[in-house]
Amino acid sequence: MANGGPEIEQLIQLLARLPGLGPRSARRAVLHLIKRKDALMVPLSAALDRAVAAVRVCETCGNVDTVSPCHICTDPRREQSGLLIVVEDVADLWALERAGVGAVRYHVLGGVLSPLDGIGPEDLTIEQLLGRAAGFSEIVLAVNATVEGQTTAHYITDRLAGSGVRITRLAHGVPVGGELDYLDEGTLSQALRARTAMDPG
Amino acid sequence: MEWTGRGLVIGVRRHGETSVILEAMVEGRGRHLGLVRGGRSARLAPTLQPGNTLLLTWRARLEDHLGHYAVELLDARAAQLIADRTRLYAIQLLGEHLRLLPERDPHDRLLSLTVAALDDGLTGLALAVALARYELFLLDELGFGLDLTACAATGESEDLTHVSPRTGRAVSRAAAEPYRDRLLRLPGFLTGPGNASPEDIRDAFVLTGHFLDMHVWMPRKLDPPPTREALIERLTAHN
Repeated sequence: MANGGPEIEQLIQLLARLPGLGPRSARRAVLHLIKRKDALMVPLSAALDRAVAAVRVCETCGNVDTVSPCHICTDPRREQSGLLIVVEDVADLWALERAGVGAVRYHVLGGVLSPLDGIGPEDLTIEQLLGRAAGFSEIVLAVNATVEGQTTAHYITDRLAGSGVRITRLAHGVPVGGELDYLDEGTLSQALRARTAMDPG
Repeated sequence: MEWTGRGLVIGVRRHGETSVILEAMVEGRGRHLGLVRGGRSARLAPTLQPGNTLLLTWRARLEDHLGHYAVELLDARAAQLIADRTRLYAIQLLGEHLRLLPERDPHDRLLSLTVAALDDGLTGLALAVALARYELFLLDELGFGLDLTACAATGESEDLTHVSPRTGRAVSRAAAEPYRDRLLRLPGFLTGPGNASPEDIRDAFVLTGHFLDMHVWMPRKLDPPPTREALIERLTAHN
């Protein structure tokens, strides 16, 4: 089906590659942009141009920012905590920042060990992590509670053995708003094993 | 086309934004792939973890299509595996070994050995013995079985202590003596009952690793699984 000129068709095809958009929704988005050309399309195009020129991956932690090292790595308040949180992806880093976990630093692995996808240790930033580890008192392995995520966590723990740095991981258990009846047996038994004392006072 | 069967999850691969391609080892059907719609959702993702056993219903228009899976959790092992580093490495290694098998080719004995290794609560050397025997059996299933019944030089069936790295045939202690440096050691527990020392375990994995590399990994341009070495290290270090 014709959608105007080749420029418009190319725009639809590119937008359709974005997460959450298919060809139909991309077409709607393009029509919306065309209708609001001055108010939306021009500023969007300019913002994309600026982002393309400015965005870079932090050479220290792997975060995405407009400077390298990123604002998190150069923030002097984060130096004192001595806490390094290791995450799989930049989205996880941003989620933890939104959660306001405090003045900590991060390390983005760039994925997890995945035999099925052919991702081995050399494809992740594990070597860079080993190089940074000595500068911290505790490393929190905040990878997903999946078999692949936890294999990666154990692999990193093995590699960090002897570094003298305390290595911890996130707790596994009942999510906020979760109902026990709907949890799988494995998560329930994990939650029970990791139970904590209630303060009576 | 439609069938229902029990299957062990050995891996999932993302497909689009919400779905996954599930790779399962199914009783009577072997390694079988299928699409699970919504497989990345919070509801289904814990079910589709490697090590879990599922009731699978596979549907497709034609036999050779990828098809769709409907899944129901039967045995949730993954959460327990996650808590135990050794067993976590073991499921990763076993999954990689199962992935060497051709698709849709039944290997029920390997499936039952995999499930047994995960369920029997084996630890330390007992798990190491099970995994070494598993690799030997895997070689056999892949068509590269070793002949450990009799000495290649003398025909003797007793006191077999070495294996030829070229032919995969056993060699007796007496016949091996002049060539000991060039032969692979054959630990006694691989040919019969008996205890295994950490040294025996290392020798067994060197033996199976040599033939897996020669017949499977190298021809397919694969590296040995990264968890294999770490697992062997753990299984032999604590004893």
